[in-house]
Amino acid sequence: MIDLLNPLALICNFVIVPGLAYGSQLALGALGVTLVYGVLRFSNFAHGELMSFGAMITILGTWALQNHGISFGSLPTALLAMPLGMVLTIGLCLVTDRFVFRYYRVKRASPVTFMIVSVGVMFLISGLIRFIIGPNDQSFNDGTRFIMKARAFKEMTGLSEGLAIKTSQGVTVMTAFVIVIFLFWFLNRTRTGKSMRAYSDNEDLALLSGINPERVVMIAWIITGILATVAGTLYGLDKSYKPFTFLQLLLPIFASAIVGGVGNPIGAIAGGFVIAFSELMVTFAYKKVAAYLLPYNLVPDGLLQLLSTDYKFSVSFMILIIVLLVKPTGIFSGKTL
Amino acid sequence: MTFLIGKNMTGGYGGANILNSCTIGAEKGEITVVVGPNGAGKSTAMKAMFGMLQLSVGEVLMEGAEISKLKPQERVHKGMSFVPQNNNVFTSMTVEENLEMGAFIRRDEFSDTMSQVFDLFPILKEKRKQPAGELSGGQRQQVAVGRALMTSPKVLMLDEPTAGVSPIVMDELFDRVIDVARSGIAILMVEQNAKQALSIADQGYVLVQGSNRYTDTGAALLENTEVRKAFLGG
Amino acid sequence: MKTLIKNTILFGIMLMLLVTVGIFQSWNVALAILNLCLISAIMTMGVNIQWGYAGLFNAGVMGFTALGGIAAVVISIPPVQSAWLAGGSRAMLGLLIGVISIFLVVVVWKKTAKLGRIRYWLTALMVIGGYALMRMVIDPAIEAIEAIEPAKTGFLGGFGLPVIFSWIVGGAFAASVAWVVGRVSLGLRSDYLAIATLGISEIIIYFLKYEEWLTRGVKNVNGIPRPVPYEIDLQKTLWLQEWAERFEMPVIELSSIIVKISYASLFITVLLVIFYLSETALKSPWGRMMRAIRDNETAANAMGKNVTWRHLQVFVLGSAVVGMAGAMLTTLDGQFTPASYQPMRFTFLVWVMVIVGGSGNNLGSVLGGFVIWFFWIEAEPIGLALMNFITSGMSQENPLRIHLLENAAHMRLMTMGLVLLLTLRFAPKGLIPEVKR
Repeated sequence: MIDLLNPLALICNFVIVPGLAYGSQLALGALGVTLVYGVLRFSNFAHGELMSFGAMITILGTWALQNHGISFGSLPTALLAMPLGMVLTIGLCLVTDRFVFRYYRVKRASPVTFMIVSVGVMFLISGLIRFIIGPNDQSFNDGTRFIMKARAFKEMTGLSEGLAIKTSQGVTVMTAFVIVIFLFWFLNRTRTGKSMRAYSDNEDLALLSGINPERVVMIAWIITGILATVAGTLYGLDKSYKPFTFLQLLLPIFASAIVGGVGNPIGAIAGGFVIAFSELMVTFAYKKVAAYLLPYNLVPDGLLQLLSTDYKFSVSFMILIIVLLVKPTGIFSGKTL
Repeated sequence: MTFLIGKNMTGGYGGANILNSCTIGAEKGEITVVVGPNGAGKSTAMKAMFGMLQLSVGEVLMEGAEISKLKPQERVHKGMSFVPQNNNVFTSMTVEENLEMGAFIRRDEFSDTMSQVFDLFPILKEKRKQPAGELSGGQRQQVAVGRALMTSPKVLMLDEPTAGVSPIVMDELFDRVIDVARSGIAILMVEQNAKQALSIADQGYVLVQGSNRYTDTGAALLENTEVRKAFLGG
Repeated sequence: MKTLIKNTILFGIMLMLLVTVGIFQSWNVALAILNLCLISAIMTMGVNIQWGYAGLFNAGVMGFTALGGIAAVVISIPPVQSAWLAGGSRAMLGLLIGVISIFLVVVVWKKTAKLGRIRYWLTALMVIGGYALMRMVIDPAIEAIEAIEPAKTGFLGGFGLPVIFSWIVGGAFAASVAWVVGRVSLGLRSDYLAIATLGISEIIIYFLKYEEWLTRGVKNVNGIPRPVPYEIDLQKTLWLQEWAERFEMPVIELSSIIVKISYASLFITVLLVIFYLSETALKSPWGRMMRAIRDNETAANAMGKNVTWRHLQVFVLGSAVVGMAGAMLTTLDGQFTPASYQPMRFTFLVWVMVIVGGSGNNLGSVLGGFVIWFFWIEAEPIGLALMNFITSGMSQENPLRIHLLENAAHMRLMTMGLVLLLTLRFAPKGLIPEVKR
């Protein structure tokens, strides 16, 4: 009798559950990037720092709330502080748009110019964040709470492999789900949302139809600010808040947006999960699974890892390269400039 | 008083003038067609009347009021509607959404207008939930015109609407244009297919090198031997 | 004539700044800054070749620099005999299998264009098969190599050749990787090149950090041989001691200064050679064609110029220069530290140098390299002094003051960002703009 449940539990614990959480975070990040790409037509290198900023404000707010003894029951207190993070991040986006990006939009500068400008913005925000909160790790101090603990799972099911689901992972998936539903409702069922899609689709025709470009841009930044804050906060809750990690996250986030089809929101979400699951599956040590499924003497010696865990960011890069070689417009055929 | 008129229009895109004192007028309920050889400035003249071009000399008047200083978006609010030659639909949006975007500036209920458009172009009603990018060339042109009609405009300007479509589709499109004109809207149309366009035109302008060469009714221009020799292939 | 005067003044100011540092801090510090300025100038010229000649945005300068650095290791460190015996040949075999598999995959991919869907499966199978084979061969070899004296070596070592040779090899390493990356991502949108270069540089850094059998990874490689004498040796010579007396300077300090000056002369030589070559290329018909392509790509395409191929040339050349600078940097440091390759410090700082110096102008790149590096280094002491001055009115215990003083160092990130944005907005051509020919 081959034991199927144990390896299944193993894969759930180390691949599926973390994959859903990490995929949600990447999806939210990629949605922000793809939105800015579709409406403002450039790749925003400062997006990682926006996420970091949103998370930073939320952390500061969380500490303030905790100091006053306020909590959110079994849910992370950070969720209460997140609205503040959103508001200030939106403010930052609108200010940088007004004082930096708008000039180049009016001038109809090339996409490369926008990218370099966004690098300057990245420097600025990065410095600002470190100036305010310092470069070290910070914690939300919410404690690591669990929806399902490994031991409880083992007792419930009688399996030898445990399955743990952290509260932060559950919160991540739920929050991402809610936000995505709301975003899709907004884009597909409201006049303003449709006008954004129209502007992204065909700028000249949108202007001819009387759509106000500055308003569309403003709403795009507002949504991006919200997405960035949520993505950054959820990532920080799940792992921990390190100001400079978000620069590294730029690569998987850009990869997710491009793989899914840049400019296409559905693509961003699909891309996020593709990248997340690929990273985890490629660096997972299949040895234990093999031990369950194969007869004793056929189990190989090594860890059976395709790539060592250190290389997990290179997975998103490789997927990106493959997509660029095979189908540059991505899974859902995004825009080509 | 001509409903819409661009008088003595002179100007270009910065550099040499493309238009040289050219005058184009359109009346409500009538089809006005502008033809001429390549580079004559036909599209430029129409764009100038829509405000997409700076005129160094000349003015544009609608219902007697001067609109020369208004931006294109403002002219849309005044009742003008423009169908560009290329990229004239939102390819990633459904037919119905394209029409909704056409009505963007309207604050009132526009479902009546939409059913009128569907009556005019029945195939669009059939394909209302399909992305416009998936339609054939002729159907896309119908979406483009439908989008422009959603503002219930007083003037509908069409820039080479039959460019690149088959003759059957062109005939269908011209039939629709006649229907639209019948409802009281002034139609101003630039066309390469001069013969067919002039055959439905109430008024025709032949432009050469940015100036008026011949102005007459469509029928008269078709009979005119010089016009026939030069632009209609004899 | 006016530009000549202006440029002379700009460089003159730069010289004054360095002299000021020499007087007020120390000559050693000034020379150290000078050396890094020289290396930054070369790096900036490399990036400028890509940006100024072809409008390419390379977001992976860090990776190419690191490739140059590892070249210094691979060329100059003597081979570790025991490691080679333990698994060297097997490791090389594994690498060879890897390279051959990639080659075969590319060939098969090209020849099976007609097979449709099957082609994807076939290629995937070959990739997986080749990778599996390589891992089977190479994994035990890697373990064996890393097991040899991990504290001291634990890696294969290098070829034991003179370190200056590695500067050229560094350029070659960077050029090869640039060729591969360019083939994949050029001809697509400009954003794709940026993101692809961002990615490849991260992977290069990971590779250097974790493939310990080649690079010792985070344990770093110390004691990289030098092209100039060691201070200790200099201190023993008679002529140095005489000079120290004459200049009334401690022997140690003088030896250090002489070493730095020796490095500087080497770097200046390289800089002048690269500058001369770049300027010649720029003024040549090839250079004119590159700029014509940059200014109007559609027209150039219509005229039958293969734009993507030209872009690839420029991308490879620029990366080679960056690689060379990377090798020089590691030589100067005397050690290879993978962890020191941070994107902010390399990739993005160099971009500030390119933009501020003057896009498309080699002299501008040199100036940009000098100016920005100088301010990056001096920003800390200046920032601290400034912060002290601003908060001088506050009491010592004031938490705001303490916080501001502690984080004054981070001001430089903000300052650099501000400098870049202000330059792009108000002086987009930079300090020494491109000469219109």
